[in-house]
Amino acid sequence: MTSPRDFELNRRELVVGATAAGALTTLPKGAQAEQASMDQPVLAKVGLTVNGQRRELELDTRTSLLDAAREHLHLTGSKKGCDHGQCGACTMIVDGRRINACLTLAVMHQDSEIVTIEGLGQPGNLHPMQAAFIEHDGYQCGYCTPGQICSGVAVLAEIKAGIPSHVTADLNGPMQVTEAEIRERMSGNICRCGAYSNIVEAMTEVAGRPA
Amino acid sequence: MKSFTYERPSTPAQAAQALSAKPNAKFIAGGTNLLDLMKLQIETPTHLVDVNGLGLDAIEPTPEGGLRVGALVRNTDLASDARVRKDYAVLSRALLAGASGQLRNKATTAGNLLQRTRCPYFYDTAQPCNKRQPGSGCGAIAGVSRQLAIIGSSEACIATHPGDMAVAMRVLDATVETVDARGNARRIPMAEFHRLPGDRPEIDTTLKPGELITAVTLPKPLGGKHIYRKVRDRASYAYALVSVAAVIQPDGSGRVALGGVAHKPWRVEAAEAALPRGARATTEALLAGAKPTHDNAYKIKLAERTLGAALIEARA
Repeated sequence: MTSPRDFELNRRELVVGATAAGALTTLPKGAQAEQASMDQPVLAKVGLTVNGQRRELELDTRTSLLDAAREHLHLTGSKKGCDHGQCGACTMIVDGRRINACLTLAVMHQDSEIVTIEGLGQPGNLHPMQAAFIEHDGYQCGYCTPGQICSGVAVLAEIKAGIPSHVTADLNGPMQVTEAEIRERMSGNICRCGAYSNIVEAMTEVAGRPA
Repeated sequence: MKSFTYERPSTPAQAAQALSAKPNAKFIAGGTNLLDLMKLQIETPTHLVDVNGLGLDAIEPTPEGGLRVGALVRNTDLASDARVRKDYAVLSRALLAGASGQLRNKATTAGNLLQRTRCPYFYDTAQPCNKRQPGSGCGAIAGVSRQLAIIGSSEACIATHPGDMAVAMRVLDATVETVDARGNARRIPMAEFHRLPGDRPEIDTTLKPGELITAVTLPKPLGGKHIYRKVRDRASYAYALVSVAAVIQPDGSGRVALGGVAHKPWRVEAAEAALPRGARATTEALLAGAKPTHDNAYKIKLAERTLGAALIEARA
């Protein structure tokens, strides 16, 4: 009997195969040759540190940092939501800063230090933010959660470092972890289940203030 | 995305040369706008020159008492710089009103200036757009235009410059510094950096092909109250429908520029004489000759009221 996992793999291969066959049959012969010569993949080498481990890769220059992690390093915690920087599901912490991994090329990250959700914590060894998300039900379907948690960890670090936000009343005063600050700073992470209020509670707890 | 070759030069002159050496090459810095457009095949460079290794990432004082902001200074770092927060708060505020935390961490000063329009017809490759495909027509003029330009537009294009940072830099009279492939440096006042669409809407700025932005300089501080007020469809992470950058002095005089209304940050120095008389008089002068569409005529009233709110804030 086929296990659900086998089925998923088979289904995925089937979809990929069908798309490729479709593309080949719809293109006229001349266009196929022209397309191939004009649009040959260009490979480049890049070495980076992911979750403390040095990784050397040879990639198509078009590969986003997100695809490098998911498809080449098999770190599938970071999610591809919109692939256009609008949803935040791909958020990683790169050289100490949160970024949209979908909107940067892997080859632009030679020697970068990258932390994904897998590097923040593991089962049995959770990061405090991961534990707080569980405790406060900071998710429903969980798809946006790795990005929310990476962003949440970075947001608290940004406030600690004195980086102001749109809702900071006094640009030159001390920064505080308030609900308004958390909501504004987390606006690049969309949760379509609407777990926002619980995410705010989880972050507030980690920041050391009463939730 | 179309495939491309990639290189990472180490000096500004090398970068400008690298760009000129190959047809259809582009600079990439933060990449947050360019890669988005490449995925949609709106931009299709065949060679990318990565400028992140050029070392243009410092904010330094100038002999004139201003600040020189390197082209690669990230939006987060510019907004957070203590000198910018204290003396150029309108610029900090404008930056913090734009994009998301993740994007501001990547986006650069030069890249922010060069971001393309967010006109939905520019983004939709199934629609005509003179900016994306010169000569194909403008779908926006008779289409859905509530976000688009009300002044300075043409029969070819009603797109807006979507940014916030440039509006603040315009009100501050910043200067863009560049270098070309032959090593020649040039200084472009912000007033002349972004252009109006006219009959060449595919050209956003007055940069020459291959010219590389190296820095933006801010003149010595203006003093006064610095305000950036942005009106958008949601409270965070959205483009401006209308924004106001204002620097107002205690006597009520000052400077004002509008975002979200034109192909460039919109400032009319002559209109600023009306500032002590209030928002209505100023907006009438600032937006004289506006040609809104049916869908975006509301922006004229919205600009007046947003400026009114900014002036109240300035007096507080």
